[in-house]
Amino acid sequence: MMQFMLLFSRQGKLRLQKWYVPLSDKEKKKITRELVQTVLARKPKMCSFLEWRDLKIVYKRYASLYFCCAIEDQDNELITLEIIHRYVELLDKYFGSVCELDIIFNFEKAYFILDEFLLGGEAQETSKKNVLKAIEQADLLQEDPAVLEVKMFKIHLPGLSIFILNDKSALQANG
Amino acid sequence: MPAVSKGDGMRGLAVFISDIRNCKSKEAEIKRINKELANIRSKFKGDKALDGYSKKKYVCKLLFIFLLGHDIDFGHMEAVNLLSSNKYTEKQIGYLFISVLVNSNSELIRLINNAIKNDLASRNPTFMCLALHCIANVGSREMAEAFAGEIPRILVAGDTMDSVKQSAALCLLRLYKTSPDLVHMGEWTSRVVHLLNDQHMGVVTAAISLITCLSQKNPEEFKTCISLAVSRLSRIVSSASTDLQDYTYYFVPAPWLSVKLLRLLQCYPPPEDGAVKGRLVECLETILNKAQEPPKSKKVQHSNAKNAILFEAISLIIHYDSEPNLLVRACNQLGQFLQHRETNLRYLALESMCTLASSEFSHEAVKTHIETVINALKTERDVSVRQRAADLLYAMCDRSNAKQIVAEMLSYLETADYSIREEIVLKVAILAEKYAVDYSWYVDTILNLIRIAGDYVSEEVWYRVIQIVINRDDVQGYAAKTVFEALQAPACHENMVKVGGYILGEFGNLIAGDPRSSPLVQFNLLHSKFHLCSVPTRALLLSAYIKFINLFPETKSTIQEVLRSDSQIRNSDVELQQRAVEYLKLSSIASTDVLATVLEEMPPFPERESSILAKLKKKKGPGAVSVSELEDGKKEAGSEINGGGGAESAAAASNASTPSPSADLLGLRSGAAGIGSATGAGSLLVDVFSESGTAATASSGTDENFLSSTPSSALGSEDPAPALPESDELLHKFVCKNNGVLFENHLLQIGIKSEYRQNLGRMYLFFGNKTSMQFIGFSTTVTCPGELQSQLNIQTKPVEPLVEGGAQVQQVLNIECLSDFTEAPLLNIRFRYGGTLQNITLKLPITINKFFQPTEMASQDFFQRWKQLSQPQQEAQKIFKATHPMDSEVLKGKLLGLGTALLENVDPNPENFVCAGVIQTKALQVGCLLRLEPNAQAQMYRLTLRSSKESVSKRLCELVAEQF
Repeated sequence: MMQFMLLFSRQGKLRLQKWYVPLSDKEKKKITRELVQTVLARKPKMCSFLEWRDLKIVYKRYASLYFCCAIEDQDNELITLEIIHRYVELLDKYFGSVCELDIIFNFEKAYFILDEFLLGGEAQETSKKNVLKAIEQADLLQEDPAVLEVKMFKIHLPGLSIFILNDKSALQANG
Repeated sequence: MPAVSKGDGMRGLAVFISDIRNCKSKEAEIKRINKELANIRSKFKGDKALDGYSKKKYVCKLLFIFLLGHDIDFGHMEAVNLLSSNKYTEKQIGYLFISVLVNSNSELIRLINNAIKNDLASRNPTFMCLALHCIANVGSREMAEAFAGEIPRILVAGDTMDSVKQSAALCLLRLYKTSPDLVHMGEWTSRVVHLLNDQHMGVVTAAISLITCLSQKNPEEFKTCISLAVSRLSRIVSSASTDLQDYTYYFVPAPWLSVKLLRLLQCYPPPEDGAVKGRLVECLETILNKAQEPPKSKKVQHSNAKNAILFEAISLIIHYDSEPNLLVRACNQLGQFLQHRETNLRYLALESMCTLASSEFSHEAVKTHIETVINALKTERDVSVRQRAADLLYAMCDRSNAKQIVAEMLSYLETADYSIREEIVLKVAILAEKYAVDYSWYVDTILNLIRIAGDYVSEEVWYRVIQIVINRDDVQGYAAKTVFEALQAPACHENMVKVGGYILGEFGNLIAGDPRSSPLVQFNLLHSKFHLCSVPTRALLLSAYIKFINLFPETKSTIQEVLRSDSQIRNSDVELQQRAVEYLKLSSIASTDVLATVLEEMPPFPERESSILAKLKKKKGPGAVSVSELEDGKKEAGSEINGGGGAESAAAASNASTPSPSADLLGLRSGAAGIGSATGAGSLLVDVFSESGTAATASSGTDENFLSSTPSSALGSEDPAPALPESDELLHKFVCKNNGVLFENHLLQIGIKSEYRQNLGRMYLFFGNKTSMQFIGFSTTVTCPGELQSQLNIQTKPVEPLVEGGAQVQQVLNIECLSDFTEAPLLNIRFRYGGTLQNITLKLPITINKFFQPTEMASQDFFQRWKQLSQPQQEAQKIFKATHPMDSEVLKGKLLGLGTALLENVDPNPENFVCAGVIQTKALQVGCLLRLEPNAQAQMYRLTLRSSKESVSKRLCELVAEQF
């Protein structure tokens, strides 16, 4: 079972945190600090797995963002790596060429998508179509007029590397 | 897809987020946040009722602030209000806030649960899913209490939507993990298992995680899942890559589900049904075959997904450990990965091979990859991969390749990363000892270790080399010569000085014939290091000096002068000063004979488990070798040394808990006792040690006093009486305590005091004559009936045959636990009182739990181990009625008395107790986990014992169940 998933930037800013085991806020902060430091210190070609405490850490970098999961001893590292990838694909499909900013400004969406995909630390629905269908249905249910084109921020805010998920882009950089 | 435009953007939120991002400093950020918090607070407190949208926006802002790492202490109520909104997005934000920020505020929980209840009953699948996600995310006990009954029904109901079923399955899993006592599958079991057959792949994917977890806990009830899982797996494995549509991932059909299916099968032994087994073997073969096929895509996702299944299949093959053909194929496959260009695959191959190395079928196949692994150790650029390589070398080591592997590890040590040096040192030390055929190689290896990585050589390592040198006289001369040479180095590590001081002090005479290492040269060499050393080392050197005086009388005056110097005799350190003063006096007062006796060569150390192994186990560094493997290693190591030394005694010499290692190693305690300056601080068990030490030195003649367990009774002819009917009850009284009155009648009272450490114990029996007349022909016999003879070794001396009226006699039993046992030894007492023969037989309260060593562990470790011991025969369970009041303090006391560690904050239910301990026997150690679940209402307990040995679980369960 996955114990938690963290998304953080190259600068060490936490962008998303999902905990599947009960921990105190203090403990969560400590773990985050420790792991962010450990993972950021690793060089690009190193392996994506490491032992940490009694857990296995599986991480992968997509452009400016690190996706980092902690799994238990008997869990499968490679399939976890693909859990990360599938999540990135889901974000990409939903936001359309997702970048770090999408996750910052629409953090709640990132959580919703994750909940449809993983629940209680286990894969709930691995079909991309089905997950997005669930999210879109939810979007259709909303009837607020205050719609905002968040995409403009991608243009207005400089200094952020965009990670785009298509065939020949950043995705392969760390693959 | 321009998804965002149809989203529900909140402009205010976006502006706030970009404000925060534009803050130049942490202070500015905090200022901006405080401003926002004040604003939100005033909005929430304001008279004007907020509309749903504003409420949602502010709650979302609070959530953002919290996720930035700031504390949030309000807004919970507004979030709860959102839960009952009809607008989906408002509800959704409310639930998200609750999921992230819930606290156990009881009033709030009630409101939240109410909202969840409404949504679950709404029959609107999106609402139901939101509610289920919230329960799964929070997973608190209160929620389990409220919903654990309802969710199984939702899960199996025919009209439940697929997406709701998926959420329900995983929601239930989470509740089961936090509050297993509240989730009762019972009647639903078979319908849940049949979800494996569901049409919808997503439902199967979600449900199988639940089934796996439940199977681990109740393997029998869920057994039917095996055949279902096999047929599902078979269908996936044989399907074409397009068959499963959206469940195909980069041309790999249903990788997540496949992995989960293979994982589920690892909860069980190989299928009994031949057809099922055949089908499964076929699947595994297909998976192995596919690994050889050309990839259908160049993308890493394709190979990862494919290999994820492959590794899981290999795990299953290793788990079964019964198909030699598959094991060897798995090993060959991993061998290919060892040289793969993907670092990830090399890492996993090394890791997986480590477990393969312990299977008898594949050990040899693993060994063929030794060169590759050594190369990995030398050339991998990633330390975590090198670590795996070191682990694998350790696991594949045996007599045939030990020298090579040890040499490679030693040379790696010179450049090894600091983070793994200590572990490598321990591994080298263990392998060198375990596979030492010639002990000079062993001595060389350890001294090399100290030379190369002295700072990482822990005390256990150098203690051990000394123990072995002392016990093996064929290596003593070599050791003395080697340390003498090593000490020539201008800068040598302090550990080298310790070993050198000790060994020269004992065996310097063996090389003293050579003028290059004459006594005085040896002394001067040692003393030249003295001033650079720490206090404990200096203390050790002083002891070496006094030993020199005994070994080489010609050094006496030189050494006395050193001892007499102000820097010694007035040293500000009390220990050093005392040694200097005492040794000086000893050397001047005592006659040569006395000196020779007091300073005699150390007696052989009683054989015991290498403390290095214990240390490695404790470290259990990344991927360290499995415990069972270490146990094997230990057994082998033990027999190895025993075979040569032969001296097997009950006591442990340099006990790890002794605070002053040098004192202990030198046997000063027994030496000091001889010259009358004993500290008297020894506990019962320390006495055991020192006594066995002196006993062994004094003479071997004492052996004849140590009658074995069946002394010929003075009264000879009569058979011992059968054990008293109440003897079992008396026995149970002592399970949780060590001292007390075992038996009393109108004539006799028998008291017991006992103490245990590791696999050893000492019991004092006090026989009190309650009458005013003599007991004549008083004799006691301890017998180990049947099997027990080979499981327990009890030694004692006969007692005086005459017990005066009102007097008490004492008898000491030395107990050694050889292997685990069930029966209790019998104590037969016979004497004549006023002409009538009294013949009483009791059970001696020596029970397996006495040899418990408590083990502290964190919750995760506990449950992980608990899971590892999930085979039915490893568990013993009893449900029984309370015979005493259920006072938790009393329960705690009893559980502690049992000898295990009582683990706090491990069981999610605070009413329950969990304990962990390791039973120490000479042959092996048995890890045991205990869980006691009191049910105060029913006045019942459920007691569950798990251990790696069936007989131990069973016996402990019987014993413990009698205590409450």
